[in-house]
Amino acid sequence: MSGERILLAHGGGGELTDNLIREVILSGLGEAAGGSLEDAAVFPAKGSVAFTTDSYVVNPLFFPGGDLGRLAVCGTVNDLAMRGARPLALSLAFIIEEGFLFDDLRRVVESVRQAALEAGVKILTGDTKVVERGSADGLFVNTAGVGEVVAPREITLCGVRPGDEIIVSGPLGNHAISVLAQREGLSFETVVESDVAPLWDMVEALMGAVGDDLHALNDPTRGGLAASLNTLSAASGAAIEIEEGAVPVEPAVAFAAEMLGLDVLSLANEGKFVAAVAAGTSDRAISVISDGEKGAHCAVIGRARKGAGVSSRTPGGGKRIVEMPYGEDAPRIC
Amino acid sequence: MCLAVPGRIESIEGETAVVDIVGNRVRAMRALVPEAKVGDWVLVHAGLAVTIMSEEEARETLDLMQEKYSIEDA
Amino acid sequence: MKTHEALSNEMAACRELAGELPHRVTLMEVCGTHTVSICRSGLRDLLPENIRLVSGPGCPVCVSSQGYIDACVEAAREGLTVATYGDMLRVPGSEMSLSDARAEGARVVTVYSALEALRYAAAHRDEKIVFAAVGFETTAPATALALKAAAESDGGNFTALFSHKRIRPAMIALVGAPDLDIDAFLCPGHVSVITGPEEYEPVAATGRPCVVAGFEALDVARAVRMILQQITRGEAKVENEYTRAVKPGGNPAARRLLSEVFEVTDEHWRGIGVIAGSGFVPGGGFARFDAIGRHDIEIRDAPEPAGCRCGEVIRGAIDPEECALFGAGCTPGHPIGPCMVSREGSCSAHYKFARRAV
Repeated sequence: MSGERILLAHGGGGELTDNLIREVILSGLGEAAGGSLEDAAVFPAKGSVAFTTDSYVVNPLFFPGGDLGRLAVCGTVNDLAMRGARPLALSLAFIIEEGFLFDDLRRVVESVRQAALEAGVKILTGDTKVVERGSADGLFVNTAGVGEVVAPREITLCGVRPGDEIIVSGPLGNHAISVLAQREGLSFETVVESDVAPLWDMVEALMGAVGDDLHALNDPTRGGLAASLNTLSAASGAAIEIEEGAVPVEPAVAFAAEMLGLDVLSLANEGKFVAAVAAGTSDRAISVISDGEKGAHCAVIGRARKGAGVSSRTPGGGKRIVEMPYGEDAPRIC
Repeated sequence: MCLAVPGRIESIEGETAVVDIVGNRVRAMRALVPEAKVGDWVLVHAGLAVTIMSEEEARETLDLMQEKYSIEDA
Repeated sequence: MKTHEALSNEMAACRELAGELPHRVTLMEVCGTHTVSICRSGLRDLLPENIRLVSGPGCPVCVSSQGYIDACVEAAREGLTVATYGDMLRVPGSEMSLSDARAEGARVVTVYSALEALRYAAAHRDEKIVFAAVGFETTAPATALALKAAAESDGGNFTALFSHKRIRPAMIALVGAPDLDIDAFLCPGHVSVITGPEEYEPVAATGRPCVVAGFEALDVARAVRMILQQITRGEAKVENEYTRAVKPGGNPAARRLLSEVFEVTDEHWRGIGVIAGSGFVPGGGFARFDAIGRHDIEIRDAPEPAGCRCGEVIRGAIDPEECALFGAGCTPGHPIGPCMVSREGSCSAHYKFARRAV
C-alpha cells in the first residue's frame, strides 16, 4: 500500500477498503484467517454455543508483554473459557482514526495472528471503518467470539457454594502496572510485563482434574480481583472471605502499586482466572494449574461462606471489606 | 496521594536521580537530597526523593511492606 | 511471619497498658495515609475497647474549602486547563465537579505531581494551565520546586490555585476545641520527614503525647503503644516511631525551599474555619504564579452541600458512620462531600474497608 497513513477513503467501502482488507489485514492474519469475504461466516454447531463480545480501547496501544491486538484476541477467548467453552472463532472489527500509521496497523494485525494461533481460533469475519481525525484515539477494536460448551455442568457466576475454595491462577496486577507505566508522566520504567494470554488450556486441564467440582469461573479484568470476587459473591448469593497474605503478587507489582497509590486487588489482569471449586478439591486443582507455565504461583486464597459480601483477613489479624472498585483508577486499561 | 517507597540510586542525570525500587526504575527529583550519591538509598514520594535512608532502614521498610504479599523477593 | 509476632506483641502491650487507664482515651491521627492504612489493615478491630482512634483533618483535598473546589471548576469552565491530582476530580462543587466539567468539554488533566503539571504547560503553550496545588508539608516542596523551575523557564502559561496547608496549626486549633477531648496525637509520617519531629513540640506542650508513626500496621501499633506508655506515666512529649525515615531536623533543604518560595498565611479549613498561619502562598517574585492574580478567578464563600457533615468528620467530632448520609445517598460512587470521594478521606476509607463486618 502506498503512503504511510490510513486515509478516510480507506474506510469508504470501495477499492481502497478492499485493498486495505486484503493486503494488510487478511494477508497479515495469514493462517489465522478462515472463511471467505462473504457477508457472514457460516459453520456447523453441535451442542451449546457460547457467544461473547468485547471492545478494546487500551491506551497506549503497545505495552510490555502485549498490545491491543493480543488483548483483543485473549480477552474474548478468555470470556468463552470462563463458561467452560472451547473457543472456536472470532470476528475482528477495526475502527481506525484517520492518520493512523500503516506500520502500527500491521503490528497489531501480526499480534492478532500470533494470539489467534496460540489460542487455537480462526478469525472468520470482520469489519473495517475509518473515522475522521479526532473521532477515535488511534485504533479501537471489537472482537466477538463463539465457542462450544464442553463443560458437562454449566459453569456460571452463580455457581459458588458455601464451603467452596477460591483459587487464583497466578500473580495479580501485572497487566495494569505494565500499561500504566507506559503512560506519559509517570517517569516510570518497570520490569513488569502484561500477563495477557489465552486461558482455555488451563481451564480445560482444570475441568479434567475436578470435573463437576468446578463451580464457577471469572477472569479478573477491569476492577481486578475485587471486582471479580464481588461479582461472584453477588451472583451466587454467598459471602467470600480471603486471606490477603495468600494473594500472589510479585514484588515489583506490589511496589509499583504502592507508589501509584493503587490497591493491588483492583488492578486489571488479562491472563488470570478466579475459580471456585468444591471443598477438598483445591489440591488437585492447584496441582494441575501449576503444571503449566502460566499457572506458576497459583494459590488458594480463601473460601466461600453463607452470607453476603467480600472481606479479607489482613496479615495483622484484622478484617477489611473488599469493596467493588469504582473504576476511577485506571481508565482505558483494556 | 501515593505512599513513599525506598529505592537505591542507580545513576544521577542532572537534577534527576534514577532510582531502582524493586524492579521499577523511577526518575525522582533530587533537589531535596542534594548530597545523595549513586548507591545511596532514598525515600521517593510522587517523583521526589525526600530523604536519605541507610540500607538497613530502607530494607526494613521494604520488608515490612513486602510481608503483606505472598511472593517473596527473589 | 516475624511482623505478625511483633504486631501481636505490640497489641498485647497496648491491651495491658489500656487496662491501666481509668478512662477512655481519644487518639487523633492527622494524616490521610494513616486513615487509609489503619482502615485497610483492620487495626481498629484489634485495639482495646477504651482506646478510641479518631481521624482528624489529614486529607488535603477534604480540608480545602467548597469555594476552592468551585474556583477550580469555574477556571475549567472558563476555558483554562485545570491540572489536578486524581482524587480532586469527583469532589462535588456547588454546581458540579471537575469530572462533570470535563464531560461537558472543559479541559481537565490528571497529574501525579506539580512538575508534571509544569511539563504539561511547557508542552501546551497555547493553553493556560491552572494547577490545583493542594497538600501539606509533604507536597508543598514539590510545588515550590515547580515554581522555581517555572521562574527559570517561564512560558507564561503556568499558574496555580493554592491550597497548601500546614498541619501543626490545625492540631493546635483542635486541641483547644472543648468538644473534642483529644488525649494524644499520632503524627504524620511523611510530613515529618520534611519538618522533623520537633514540629510537634508546641502540641506536646499542651499536655498531649505526640508520636510520629510510619504506615504499616506494625508502625501504628508501636506508636499507639508508645502513646499509651506516655499516658500511663503522665508524660507528654514528642517521640518518633518512624525513625527509619524521619530524622531530627527533618529535611533542611526542603524547609529552605519552602521559606524561599512561600509565605505563611491564614487559611480556611473546611469544618474548622480560618486558622492563623496555616497556609502557604507564593511570595515575592513567585506571587505571579498565583492564578488569582493572573486570571479572572475568585475563591468565594460557599455553603456545604445539604446534609453533608464532612466538616465534623474532618475535625474528628464524629465518625463517618454517624453521618446520616453515610452509605445512604453518599457513597464513593455517588459522593456528596469530599470525605467520601477523596482517596484519603475518612468516609471513603471507612466505607471501603471498615464499614461492616461480613
